Amino acid sequence: MKKRIILALIILVLGSGVAYFVYKTEPKLNKSFETQKAFFKKFPFRLGLDLSGGSHLIYKADVSAVPAGQVGNSMDALRDVIERRVNLFGVSEPVVQLQHGGFISGGGEQLIVDLPGVTDIKKAVAMIGQTPLLEFKTEAPKGAPQKLVVDKNGAANVVDVSPQFVGTELTGRYLEKATLEFDQNTREPRVNLQFDDKGTKLFAQITKDNVGKMVAIYLDGAPVSTPVVREEIPNGQAIISGNFTPNEAKLLVGRLNSGALPVPITLLSTQTIGATLGESAVRAGVKAAIIGFLLIALFLVLWYRLPGLIATIALIFYTSVLLAIFKLMPVTLTAAGIGGFIISLGMAVDANVLIFERMKEEIRKGNNIHDGIHAGFKRAWTSVRDSNTSSIVTSIILFWLGTPLIKGFALTFGLGVLVSMFSAITVSRIFLFALGINKNNSLTSFLFGSGFSSAKKQAQDMKNN
Amino acid sequence: MFIIKYKKIFLSLSIILMVVSLVFVFTFGLKLGIDFKGGALLEVAYSLGRPDVSLVENAVKKLNINQVLIQPTGENGYIIKTRDLSQAEHEALSGSLSINGKYPVTEKGFTSIGPSVGSELAHKAILSIIFVITAIILFITYAFRKVSRPVSSWKYGIITIITLLHDIIIPTGIFALLSHYTSAEVDTLFVLALLTILGLSVHDKIVVFDRIRENLRDGGMKNFAQTVGVSTSQTIVRSINITITIIFVLVPLYFFGPETTKNFSLILTIGLFFGIYSSLFFASPLLVWIQEQQDKK
Repeated sequence: MKKRIILALIILVLGSGVAYFVYKTEPKLNKSFETQKAFFKKFPFRLGLDLSGGSHLIYKADVSAVPAGQVGNSMDALRDVIERRVNLFGVSEPVVQLQHGGFISGGGEQLIVDLPGVTDIKKAVAMIGQTPLLEFKTEAPKGAPQKLVVDKNGAANVVDVSPQFVGTELTGRYLEKATLEFDQNTREPRVNLQFDDKGTKLFAQITKDNVGKMVAIYLDGAPVSTPVVREEIPNGQAIISGNFTPNEAKLLVGRLNSGALPVPITLLSTQTIGATLGESAVRAGVKAAIIGFLLIALFLVLWYRLPGLIATIALIFYTSVLLAIFKLMPVTLTAAGIGGFIISLGMAVDANVLIFERMKEEIRKGNNIHDGIHAGFKRAWTSVRDSNTSSIVTSIILFWLGTPLIKGFALTFGLGVLVSMFSAITVSRIFLFALGINKNNSLTSFLFGSGFSSAKKQAQDMKNN
Repeated sequence: MFIIKYKKIFLSLSIILMVVSLVFVFTFGLKLGIDFKGGALLEVAYSLGRPDVSLVENAVKKLNINQVLIQPTGENGYIIKTRDLSQAEHEALSGSLSINGKYPVTEKGFTSIGPSVGSELAHKAILSIIFVITAIILFITYAFRKVSRPVSSWKYGIITIITLLHDIIIPTGIFALLSHYTSAEVDTLFVLALLTILGLSVHDKIVVFDRIRENLRDGGMKNFAQTVGVSTSQTIVRSINITITIIFVLVPLYFFGPETTKNFSLILTIGLFFGIYSSLFFASPLLVWIQEQQDKK
């Protein structure tokens, strides 16, 4: 008995601790948030774009020129470049994600960029659009497909429709840095490229294989410079000497240094959410959650009385733990995610309702209250286990397959189910037993009754039937 | 148990409901939102009161963006739906909305989704529904593997799937009716609502089946029909109560929650209602009916 009370106290203290943490770390709740220790400032809720405002961009990456085995690598390089680019512009907590094509997700290789707080989509698109695409191409082998066109006069003309140059593996991803130089004789500005180790090897190979031929340097899909290779270049240095003005050259160096794209990208879709829209959605979500919570608590206490009160305490515990998990992981909250959380409030009491109904039944059968509680927990367990397992399976599938919106929902929902199994079973059980009710009298019978009748009356009804 | 006694009536009622819903879906059709078919959606607010719709329509007409749909939203805003827009077209559109600067306007949100992204999303949505249903049937077959008499465990799985279809067809039918008269569209959240209905409805079915499993094991009943009847009535209070608690959170979500989750909570409430209905009045009669068909052979 003593043990149970101590256990219940420990749970109470832990729960209050967690609730205090949630309160302390939330600027909207805690009025003295600004004067807080740095520790508490580290864990605000992380809001998704639809709640905080910002831009969401989806790019399609054209990987048709990349050898099959290299696609993953190129896409990773692409993500790194865009990430660096976005960070350079001082966006706080940008998210740059890859989405791979395939049977499950359909579509091709995609890049998803989330820019919280950037509500000017023009700026956002321009910011990313300035990332240069740098490619090195070699002369197409002779005898590449050509097309014979017969003109009006009947004369045959050979038209070369194949591109003059073919792509190589060497792209902007192997660029270490770019510098601005001036030709010592002509004073013409030039851009000097230095490759990294892998790029140096590739460049050496390309120049070795193409002595006497042209190697074209493509920038954003157009050739800017097509020098003829005189000899193998082993030191990994290349020079672009297009007819730049000094300003153009300077700009290009800047762009190259902030990262060059390994594959071309095109913008597929954009979404911006104004900050006010997000703010009102948060307020509405919080309001709905609080009202929903109160309604559940009211229902539990009115219908299940004492056990209902304990279920409400377990629900408070559940809410604090789940919110703390959201902060600590952190889980990015979206409107759909908040929806998932609100529904999980309703679901969290499911196990309690199952157990209490079972308890009532056992007490009706003539068990005393103590045994009834025991049997209720024991016999309700299989359905709690099976139904929650199916919910967890569902949320895992949704998380795995889903679009970002569905993922957010699946995560909050799945976490909710897991935490609720603990709160609704373990926590409420500890509290119920800690109360140490063994006697059967009219008070306990009232407290453990439900609906409109007391436990005793229900037991009598059973007998009469 | 009256549910079992009048099982033919309940089974027919469910079938009629499903047929009517399918008729709604096919006559009214389901309007796809821009999530799935691609397109653009611009939400703006006018700080000094919004201009007349016709003014906005005229201003937008000049831009050569065909098929523009303009809907009032909130106190002083409009939602403008078009095909997917390029960055330049987007700027031209938002520029034209101030009607030559007479009505100061702020852009609250803009979404443009290319058709390929849309079809990819639709592909994913359908796949997730199929995967979830498959996983559920496998899980139920596994969880009830020890119960093979008198009805084998995979039949519980099949019954669950049939009742799940019941639970998503009816809300879809009602939604088709609703979207015919309002601006509601099938979007990702609608699919999410259906998936959630699936999850919650399986919960219900498992609880009822679990009770049948337990009562079969304990024995003491006259026959299978009685076992199912007693099990259903034993779980009825729990089923109703848990649906009530979830509806308790959905109703505030509908009335006070964010605009984006309004239709979501509505569909979910409808789905929950029919989910609980099917757990009690469709799944149980169906189970007994299947067992009786087996015996006739």
